[in-house]
Amino acid sequence: MNTPKSKRPEVNYATRVDKVTFKSKLTRNLKAILTVIIAFIVLIPVFWMAATSLKSRADAVAAPPKVIFEPSMEGFIGLLTQRRQVTAAQGLEEIKQDPNLKWYDRVMLNRGQQIVGKSEYVGYLKNSAITAGISTILSVLFGLFSAYAFSRFKVAGKGDLLFFILSTRMLPPIVVTIPIFLLYRQLGLYDTTFGLIILYTVFNLSFSVWLMQGFIDEIPREYEEAALVDGYSRLQAFFKIVLPQTITGLAATTVFCLIFAWNEYAFAVMLTAQKARTAPPSIPSVLGTGGIEWAQIAAGAMGFLIPVAIVTFALRNYLLRGVTFGAVRR
Amino acid sequence: MATIELRDVVKKFGDKYAVKPMNMTIQDGEFVVLLGPSGCGKTTTLRMISGLEAVSSGNIFLNGKDVTWAHPSARDIAYVFQFYALYPHLTVRDNIAFPLQAQAVKRDVIERRVKDVSNLLKIKHLLKRRPGGLSGGDQQRVALARALVRHPAAFLMDEPLGALDADFRETMRAEIKALHVAQKATTVYVTHDQIEAMAMGDRIVVMSNASVQQIGTPAEVYHSPTNLFVANFIGSPGMNLVKCHYQGGKLTLPGGSVYVPAEGWQKTLDHQLGDNQTVVLGFRPEAARVSGEPKISADVFLVEMNGSNVLLDLHLDDDNIVRIRTNRGVNYGLGDTINFDLDPQMVRFFNPSTEAALVME
Ligand SMILES: Nc1ncnc2c1ncn2[C@@H]1O[C@H](COP(=O)(O)OP(=O)(O)OP(=O)(O)O)[C@@H](O)[C@H]1O
Ligand SMILES: [Mg+2]
Repeated sequence: MNTPKSKRPEVNYATRVDKVTFKSKLTRNLKAILTVIIAFIVLIPVFWMAATSLKSRADAVAAPPKVIFEPSMEGFIGLLTQRRQVTAAQGLEEIKQDPNLKWYDRVMLNRGQQIVGKSEYVGYLKNSAITAGISTILSVLFGLFSAYAFSRFKVAGKGDLLFFILSTRMLPPIVVTIPIFLLYRQLGLYDTTFGLIILYTVFNLSFSVWLMQGFIDEIPREYEEAALVDGYSRLQAFFKIVLPQTITGLAATTVFCLIFAWNEYAFAVMLTAQKARTAPPSIPSVLGTGGIEWAQIAAGAMGFLIPVAIVTFALRNYLLRGVTFGAVRR
Repeated sequence: MATIELRDVVKKFGDKYAVKPMNMTIQDGEFVVLLGPSGCGKTTTLRMISGLEAVSSGNIFLNGKDVTWAHPSARDIAYVFQFYALYPHLTVRDNIAFPLQAQAVKRDVIERRVKDVSNLLKIKHLLKRRPGGLSGGDQQRVALARALVRHPAAFLMDEPLGALDADFRETMRAEIKALHVAQKATTVYVTHDQIEAMAMGDRIVVMSNASVQQIGTPAEVYHSPTNLFVANFIGSPGMNLVKCHYQGGKLTLPGGSVYVPAEGWQKTLDHQLGDNQTVVLGFRPEAARVSGEPKISADVFLVEMNGSNVLLDLHLDDDNIVRIRTNRGVNYGLGDTINFDLDPQMVRFFNPSTEAALVME
């Protein structure tokens, strides 16, 4: 006897008891809540900094602190420009009438200041970008090639060499700054961008070699060997086969190296004075000029955070696998 | 197309031999199988032929030309790796085209050759995919396509079916063999599966412990193994090997049965054994013929139905079990005593101390 199809009871598999346990839903929500709480705690200082960077001078020091305020670009403009105080007697109102004024001129004129040029901070920021950029590229490049050699070839004393490379990381930078300072003064590298690039490159190299080696070790040799028998030289095989597969590792290494070089303070403060000075040691020096400019300091810190955030965000897809050090297989 | 010749080729890793002095000539169009247990040096041999591993000593000739120190890319040999080694960042099409691009072949020629080979291997529908998402069998086909596409002088294949499940292995085995028959390209094929070796090889090179044990056709290594290792390794189950006492033209088997070898063998044994009176008697399971008259008698220990035949494990004495194949028509109970004779054509003898086969005079 066949029951007609339409009369058969429908089995709804989605309602299987084991599929909708109350507990799993609860833990999932709990996890989400916990994530939000942690993110909140971590982000408060960042938020505070961002808010301060957008406050006017008066709002920045208001007590109790203002949460709702009128945003102002004073901090950023102040950081990037040199100004002079103009009183009403000196014709403040006349200057304000000038039709060629840009928006940032007006902001500062309302505070009684006339912009007369770029601040030194702009130069420092440029130094920072050059130093961090070039040293990152160099350390990633050297790291890639040395890691490949360590991974694929018989290198005499490989273990010792790798340990030596790692050991350069064992002393805190501050301990070696004095000897390096003396060394650099002798060599004429003191206060040069070149000197700082060398230092950052070497310092990051240990990290870069170790991280990249982990990634290259993970790429089976057979890929290159297949390329060799397919008619390619080792160099061609490296560029066509190995390189595309190390992208993840390269991205992770780049971000880490960049963060170090961009944020580095101890070496920069000791080994540079004016010409090669980078941004981090120069932010505190804003403190000195005419009272504590909290908005400017916050603006400096913000401006500093943004490039790293952008690079990290751009490479985020590679990073997930990168920072787990190959623990997540493809 | 090519001949491959190995002359005293040796590979050592540190003090350890991976390949002991090896001599072999592979003819044009031949399908040679390197067979042996894990770690016996099969892969190392293949890698030396391809140039991926440098020899420790000896010479390798391709078409009579010494290529011992030639770069792998200069040898015009295709290599199929055990785990395929398909480039994960390239599409199937680009994987297959990759060896052609190395030779600066024109675009339209590449297009055509990729199309031809993907038709041949039935992977046309996969060309746009990446290898990571393909099934093992499809990856295998792509790897073969990449090897075939440039018409190399010779193919080297390292356990290409090792990663496939049993069912599919047989299909692919047949496909590879068919490809070989069609293309007649010199092929060296590595496997540790002796059934695969027997099914595919024109000749089999049996290796063990870094050295060549025997080179011969499947029939030769099966029926006339040159030593105890080959006798035991080839066949499933392997050859029965029983240590016997020989005196006055008669062999006494463990358990007391007496077997009289053919006259030719008697002479050989008399000459070659000398004072040493133990000898290893070898016979394949199918060499036994169950008979009424008492020749060799033993107790049934285990009965294994194999469809077309029955495999019996027979107990000669406590240390010696032999396995014989019989007609499935007869039922044997455990513990039954049965008598059997041996096909004189299929009886072999081995020297127990040198382990080498005796040659009938
Ligand atoms: N690069 C190497 N360094 C040191 N020893 C090696 C190296 N490659 C292989 N060997 C050793 O050489 C011997 C032969 O290895 P090989 O890979 O040729 O064996 P195989 O017959 O292919 O085995 P399998 O069936 O497991 O693949 C093994 O004992 C192995 O440990
Ligand atoms: Mg192997």
